[in-house]
This record gives sequence, structure tokens and C-alpha cells, in this order.
Amino acid sequence: MSNSAPVKISATDVKVFYGDNQALHGINMDVYQNEVISFIGPSGCGKSTFLRCMNRMNDTIDQCRVNGSILLDGRDIHDPSLDVVQLRAQVGMVFQKPNPFPKSIYENIAYGPKLHGLAERKADLDDIVESSLRRAGLWNEVKDRLDQPGTGLSGGQQQRLCIARSIAVSPEVILMDEPCSALDPIATSIIEELIDELKQNFTIVIVTHNMQQAARVSDRTAFFHLGNLIEIGNTNDIFTNPQQKRTEDYITGRYG
Amino acid sequence: MTIIAENPIKAVATPSLVQQKVIASLSKRHRKEKLFRRLGLSAVLISLGLVAVLFINIFSRGVPAFWQSAITLDIYFDPAIIKIPAKPEQQAEESDNDFRQRYLAWQTDVGFVNFNRLITDSLQTILPDASKHRRDLARFVTSGERFALRDMVVADPSIIGQRRTLHLLTDANIDVWLKGNIDRSLPDEQQQLSPITRQWADKLSADGIIQNRFSFALFMNPDSRSSLASAGLAGAFMGSFYMMLVVILLAVPMGVAAAIYLEEFAPRNKITDLVEVNINNLAAVPSIVFGLLGASVLIGWFNLPMSAPIVGGLVLSLMTLPTVIIATRSTLKAIPPSIRQAALGLGASKMQAIFHHVLPLAIPGILTGAILGVAQALGETAPLLLIGMKSFVASVPASPFDQASALPVQIYLWQGNELRNFFEARTSAAIIVLLMMMISLNGMAIWLRKKYEKRW
Repeated sequence: MSNSAPVKISATDVKVFYGDNQALHGINMDVYQNEVISFIGPSGCGKSTFLRCMNRMNDTIDQCRVNGSILLDGRDIHDPSLDVVQLRAQVGMVFQKPNPFPKSIYENIAYGPKLHGLAERKADLDDIVESSLRRAGLWNEVKDRLDQPGTGLSGGQQQRLCIARSIAVSPEVILMDEPCSALDPIATSIIEELIDELKQNFTIVIVTHNMQQAARVSDRTAFFHLGNLIEIGNTNDIFTNPQQKRTEDYITGRYG
Repeated sequence: MTIIAENPIKAVATPSLVQQKVIASLSKRHRKEKLFRRLGLSAVLISLGLVAVLFINIFSRGVPAFWQSAITLDIYFDPAIIKIPAKPEQQAEESDNDFRQRYLAWQTDVGFVNFNRLITDSLQTILPDASKHRRDLARFVTSGERFALRDMVVADPSIIGQRRTLHLLTDANIDVWLKGNIDRSLPDEQQQLSPITRQWADKLSADGIIQNRFSFALFMNPDSRSSLASAGLAGAFMGSFYMMLVVILLAVPMGVAAAIYLEEFAPRNKITDLVEVNINNLAAVPSIVFGLLGASVLIGWFNLPMSAPIVGGLVLSLMTLPTVIIATRSTLKAIPPSIRQAALGLGASKMQAIFHHVLPLAIPGILTGAILGVAQALGETAPLLLIGMKSFVASVPASPFDQASALPVQIYLWQGNELRNFFEARTSAAIIVLLMMMISLNGMAIWLRKKYEKRW
């Protein structure tokens, strides 16, 4: 990814505390428009925590404090005048475990647009549902059973439903927190293809434990360790020519 | 070869020893498991047996009380006895107040009529030697029935001069005598009834004039002390009903709202910890303490009426509140956080996430908790004793502010009645009614849970 693309998210000296426990020790990072950037690192390294900072999902955790600044399109996301609801409509999220609502497939997709008043008429809503499902590559599989529960789908389909649900509100950034960790290899590869297509329209930040996945889907890769950002660079460089000893140790499987 | 002999793997050549140990411990483990299973099973069987004994006992005693000795009499509404002026009608130019006074005067006239004469006259036609035993005759039919006749006349004065065949409840002691609830071989001085009354009862019963009929009095009448045979549960039932209404309208919404706030919105700090501890403590407070609170605060300070379902309902609401809060909170806790996160991640506000996604999933659990709390309140007696609901109330409350009793209190009162032979069965009948209310409440809880539960 060329660094000439505009900066979408810019984090400066982000520190996160869970009570007395410091989870992140000052992260500085830029995320560019329409890139796929993946965060890798051993469990507990802070990659998910940092991801959750970007749409302030950490707000929902008691005793969690976030310091430092995160700019989205140059605007501080902690600015009191910026409503967190607006931020989350702009920065969508896909979670580790597929979590469709226990409602119909249609309602799963339609919920977000209804919430934000994106559709004036039923027909508009139908269009949003169809196009979201199409972009998530799920339309052909579910078009005949939109009224059936979303939780009745297979794991991979559920996760694509969740992706469709988040793109239905037309976010600019999609955060994915280990989206394939609960899926089998076939479902995983479908999601990876999907990520590849989605990056034309969205900026995608993905946390993964699977280094091959990071190598396959992302333009750039960031390696976290013990709450620090150790190294960030083009995915190819990170995996073939890491600058840091710890990165090399991790990607070659010496720890993690 | 020596090397092989010393091979440690070969040295474990006594695997049978290990195996033996395992086998030995196995049988011990199995024995323990079997013992535990038998203990558990016997505990279940014993408790089921006790419940069965309880139910059989209550039903075998209580069910006969739903049928009561009633005598079929041909009542002549004799104009010679019922000498009253025409029922007043409101005149066009007459004020409401004037009319009410005129009506009251008329009612007083009706009140002076000896309606029991109608009954004794009728009895005399079927009992040849009746005129010699006027006292016994006057007591043969329970005293409440003369008021039933009066009410018939008040409702429709045109009945005067006509004949009606009516089923009238006999005196409670006749019911006891005919049902064999008193030892017939007892000497006269130990019998509740005079010899002639007993003779009459047996004769009329043999002739089919006295029969066991379904006792609507038990359901339609309030409690009574002068006419024991027509004492009923209507007053206590309505008292309990109004209290349940107050509890459902107060404790359930307040408890659910408090639980949602505490669980989803309140920050975790010392104050909320204190609140939480106190709610749990409140659930453990003996119910009679709530009665004291009701007596001193609601009646003493706020001057709410004594013996009124509104006070009972408020006291029971206080008692039910912690149950509802705890049940609702544990239900909310059990909703997977992924649903909240999904909604928040889409840009739903906290309120929207809770009301659109968490609450619909929590409703079955909340309803179950609430209904079980209400059922618990329905059976509560102790606090009601302290706010005056133990007093004898011979009317059906028309509103929660009227004096009333409650079903469990009525059971307590009847259990203490002097006419044991009659009220033992009636107490059990009241218990059956209370149990039926409980069972239907619990059934409703199950039905609601099934209805809203989505197994997706």
C-alpha cells in the first residue's frame, strides 16, 4: 500500500488502563484509507484492546480508561461533541464469535439502517438488505429465507451475516476482531475473499491470530507485544524481512 | 540381555498392581456414586410423598365442603307478613338527597319484616309436629337465608304474593350432623342440636328434601359469624385480588426498572455495592417486619385506612420488590454480552441496545421471577396480621381502600373458629382455593415463558 493514500485513522500515544493494569503503553499508528491492516501478536498483547479503542467499544467496559488521541479523518473521536453513536455508525465492527441477533435474517440487516433512519420507505430498506447481503456474498444462499432466524445459519454464514449487518449502515471503517477464529477453513477462505473485495469501499482493520491470514489479506501488518507496537510495515516486509528480533521470533513460531 | 531386563519400561512389568489399585478405587468410586444417587432419589421421593400426603389430606377434607346441606322449600312471599309500602321511585322534581332519604326509610321498613316467618311457615307444612318446637324451627335454616329472601324482595317487590321453590342452606350444625362429622352416639347434652332437630334433619334428608348441593355461598358470600353456614370467601378473595393488583402494578414495574438500572446503567462503585447488599438483605428480612413498617409508617404517618388492601398491597410490594429485582438482574446477567456488543457496534445507544435486544430476550425470565414473587406475596400472612387485615370483615370490598381480609388470613381465622366440625372442612376448602390461585399463577408463569422464549 502506498503511503500516499490519505490517513483515515491516526493514533497518537494511546494508553489503555484496565483499573491499575496498563494494557497499552503508548501506541502511535496511522491507518490509511482503503487499506487492509492486520494486527498480530500473542494473546494479551493489546491488539484487540487497540482495535476496540477505534470505535470506543472500550467505553462499555467498567474501569477501562483510554489516554492519548485517536483522530478519525482528523477529528478526535473522544471529542465530547462527537456522539459515540455517530462514531460507531462510521466505524463498524465484526466480532470474534458470530453474534447475529436472535431475529430474522432480514431484521438483522435492517436493524442498523432503521436505527439511523437510512431508509425512508420499505423498498429502500429492502434494497439496503439485498445489497448488503450481496456484498457479503450471502444473498444467493439466503434470499429465499430472509424471514428465518439468523441464528439458524452455519457459523461461516452467520459471520458473513454479521459483516453484511455492519456494512448495511455504510461505515467507512470496519474493525474485525479475529473474525475467522470460530470458523472452519472453507468458511475462513470465503471471508478472506470477502475482505479482499470489501477493501475497495472500506478501510479494514483486522485482528488475527492466524499469521497466514494476515499475510494473505492485509496490505500492512502491525505486530504487538506486551502492550507495545513493536513493528508496523508492509505485510511482505514484515513476514520476509522483519526489522525487530521479537517480530522475527513470533512469526517464525519461537513464541506466541 | 541384562540391559533389557533393566529396561524401566519392562520394570513396569507389574502393571497389574497399578491396575489393581485402579480397580480397587473404581469399585469404591462406583459405590460412592451409587450411594449418592440413592440418597438423591430418596430425597426426591420423600418430598414428593410429603407433597402427596399434604394434597390428599387437604383435598379429602376440603372437597366435601364445596357441597353443603341445602333444604328445598316452597316459600310463599306472604303479603300478610311482608307489609311494606311500594318501592319508592325517584320523582322528576325530587332531589337526589330527598330520594335517598325516602329510599332509606323504605329499606328500614323492609328491615323490620320478619322474613324468617316465611321460612318457618314453609317448614311447618312439611314438618307436622313443628308448631311445638318453634325455637328449633326458627334455627333450622341458617340465618343468612332470611337476608337472601329480603334481598329478593328489595330487588323485585312484585314477588310479594307469589311462591318460589328455593334451595336454602341449613344451619351449619345440621350440615355437620348429616355429613357425620359429629359422633352420633354422643348424649343429648353434648350434641349441638336438639333431639327434634336431629330427627327432622334425618327425616328430611331421607325424603330428599335436604340434599348436598354445590355451595355457591362459599364463593359468593363474605365471611359471617352469625350465619356460619353461609360464610364465604368472596371478601377474602377480593382482598387478595386487590392486593395482587397493587403488587403487580407497583412492585413489578419498579423492580424491573430498578434491576435494569442497576445492572445496565449504574456505575460500579461503593454506593451501588451498598445498594446491592441492601437489596439482598431486604430479601432476607422476615415478612412480619414489613408488617410493622406498614402499621407504623403507612397507617401511622400517612393515615391510610386500616385493614385495607391498599396498605396490604404496599407492604407486600415492599416485600416482593427485592425478589423481582434479584430475579430480573440474574436474568439480565445471563443474556450473552455479544448481543449488547453487536447492537452497540452498529451504533445503537445503550438504551436502544437494552430495549431492542436485551429485554426481549430477558422477558421470559423477568416474567417468571415477577410472577413467582407475586405468588409468594399472595400466600403471605404475617405482615397482614399487623396492619389489621386479621379483623373480621363481613363485606366484600368494592375498592382497595375498603376494609377486607385476605385468603391466607381467612384460612387462619377459620382455622380458629369454635365450630371445629364445620370449619375444618371449610378451612381446607379455602386452602384449596388459595392453592388453585397459586397454581394458576405459576401456570401463567410457565405459559408466558414458553410464549416468549425463543429457542434460536
